[in-house]
Amino acid sequence: MNQMNRNLMLSTTLAALLAALLSSCASQPPAPVAVEDRPLPKPVEKAPEPAAKPAAINPLKDPKNILSKRSVFFDFDKFDVKTEYTPLVKAHADYLRANAAAKVTLQGNADERGSREYNLALGQRRADSVGTMMKLTGAKESQMETVSFGEEKPRATGHDEAAWSQNRRTDILYQGE
Amino acid sequence: MNRFWRYLPLIVLWLLSAPLHAALTIEIFGGGATQIPIAIAPFAAEDKIKPGIVSPIVAADLNRSGLFRLVDTAGGLIPFENKPVAATVWTEWAGRGADALVTGSMAVLPDGRVEIRARLFDIVKKTQLAEFAEIVAVPELRAAAHRIADMIYEKLTGTPGVFGTRIVYVIKQGSRYALQVADADGFGARNIVESAEPIISPTWSADGNQIAYVSFENKKPVVYAQTLSSGTRKLLAGFKGSNSAPSFSPDGQKLAVVLTKEGGSQIFLMNADGSNLKRFTKSFGIDTEPDFSPDGKWIIFTSDRGGSPQIYRMAADSANPASAERLTFEGSYNVSPHYSPDGASFVFIQRNEGKFNVAVQDFATRQVQVLTDTLLDESPSFSPNGRTILYATEVAGRGILAAVSSDGKVKQRYSAQAGDVREPAWGPLPVLSTTAAPAPR
Repeated sequence: MNQMNRNLMLSTTLAALLAALLSSCASQPPAPVAVEDRPLPKPVEKAPEPAAKPAAINPLKDPKNILSKRSVFFDFDKFDVKTEYTPLVKAHADYLRANAAAKVTLQGNADERGSREYNLALGQRRADSVGTMMKLTGAKESQMETVSFGEEKPRATGHDEAAWSQNRRTDILYQGE
Repeated sequence: MNRFWRYLPLIVLWLLSAPLHAALTIEIFGGGATQIPIAIAPFAAEDKIKPGIVSPIVAADLNRSGLFRLVDTAGGLIPFENKPVAATVWTEWAGRGADALVTGSMAVLPDGRVEIRARLFDIVKKTQLAEFAEIVAVPELRAAAHRIADMIYEKLTGTPGVFGTRIVYVIKQGSRYALQVADADGFGARNIVESAEPIISPTWSADGNQIAYVSFENKKPVVYAQTLSSGTRKLLAGFKGSNSAPSFSPDGQKLAVVLTKEGGSQIFLMNADGSNLKRFTKSFGIDTEPDFSPDGKWIIFTSDRGGSPQIYRMAADSANPASAERLTFEGSYNVSPHYSPDGASFVFIQRNEGKFNVAVQDFATRQVQVLTDTLLDESPSFSPNGRTILYATEVAGRGILAAVSSDGKVKQRYSAQAGDVREPAWGPLPVLSTTAAPAPR
């Protein structure tokens, strides 16, 4: 049997299965559904309809948009942006280039182990390395400020690698957020 | 531990008699190889004035140092004041195993102040070693007890005592942060600064009257100094970017500080009044945690210029940033250096197989001794007599202060009633006391 025949057979089988499934649904009575005596929610008339105006979605808040992702994570005692985060950093840099009025604060963080002062400096470098990558991708220096919280503001408060890996991080915050 | 349990009643008495202050209590582990057996008799009339405020504190101070073993004093024969010591006194205390005996008396003066006298005897040599006499106000009794302990410690060990010194640290309770100053025994803790944002890196001026620290209250690290006598605060470094890791020079004229205003974390020097800011280090890496040598000639600091954080030294007046000399070579993480008071060694944090421990390195021999075996030790500093190192560590997920003798043999834990305690720094020896001395009898 050649490739084309095999594909043809497969699609025929799928079509038959689909037809059987549809006919069985149609021929059977609908299954009883538990009904609660609850009024239908009233439609809010003034609410904007996102589906009708897709342009109104803030790309920074749209969970489907990479720009809604704001954290770059780092390895222990490292400050280089790992390749898996370069699309994220570049997307934000592109956004900054396209929106000259937008400004970001890059907040570097470190896990709790070791010196608080060294971790403050490490957090600063983690913020700086995200900033440098953004600049190389076309964002302006005036659009960003890098600060460090060191190990002082942990997102995860545990004392294990699961928590620490969450805390070795640079957060990207847009002005007004 | 044995000693701890034996003196538990004494410690309980001491705690019960304590004024209602916030306090860190101290637990002791281990002890020196040779402990001097010492008997500290209750002071005459002590109970009538303020029970438990002098002799039990002297005893607790000496006991905590790990260099002394307290001998039971119940029913012991006390020598009369102003009279030669009876032979029976020496045999009595020698029989109880004491090498030294401390006796004392207290008397209320017409103006309400208290006259304290104390004597230290060498039981083996059958002689009086030292005498102490002060007139103090009742709230100063505790400080006077520390001075008596300091006198005994110095006479018997040859090293100045540090029982009258203070410590500073940061305590986090809930979401609140406070900078606290307490006596070296953890008592009398009071808030110096309170904030809803983190506080780190407190450091003392050499005269003990100023504490510089880093506050995040402006949503970024900024360096302030608090003057203890006046309670006033001034901004020391609030430049663009991060401002952190302050360190006063021993003469109080200069401040080393870490700024990111020129990119990267780099060490700068400025006059204590904020003038004459000059960049000190020039590397492409992190340079932080500067600390002046006791003679003010050197600055040691942490730098990752070699690929991993290590400790470096540079002459404080050096104009050549390339003159830095690397000091640590063991391990891939050596941070937070602080000079010993004699300048012969420095204490730091070394990472070994995932554990962060207190270590000491000798300048001359480059020998490193790791002193602790806990998991997450931070910010070590020497006591002003060089005998003890105070640091922060973590027990059951909670930050506590701990201390270890510089030979690693005696360990202590300070425990706060609540909250996370971190970032300790041991203050300098107190400047000469102004308390009145009574006329000799």
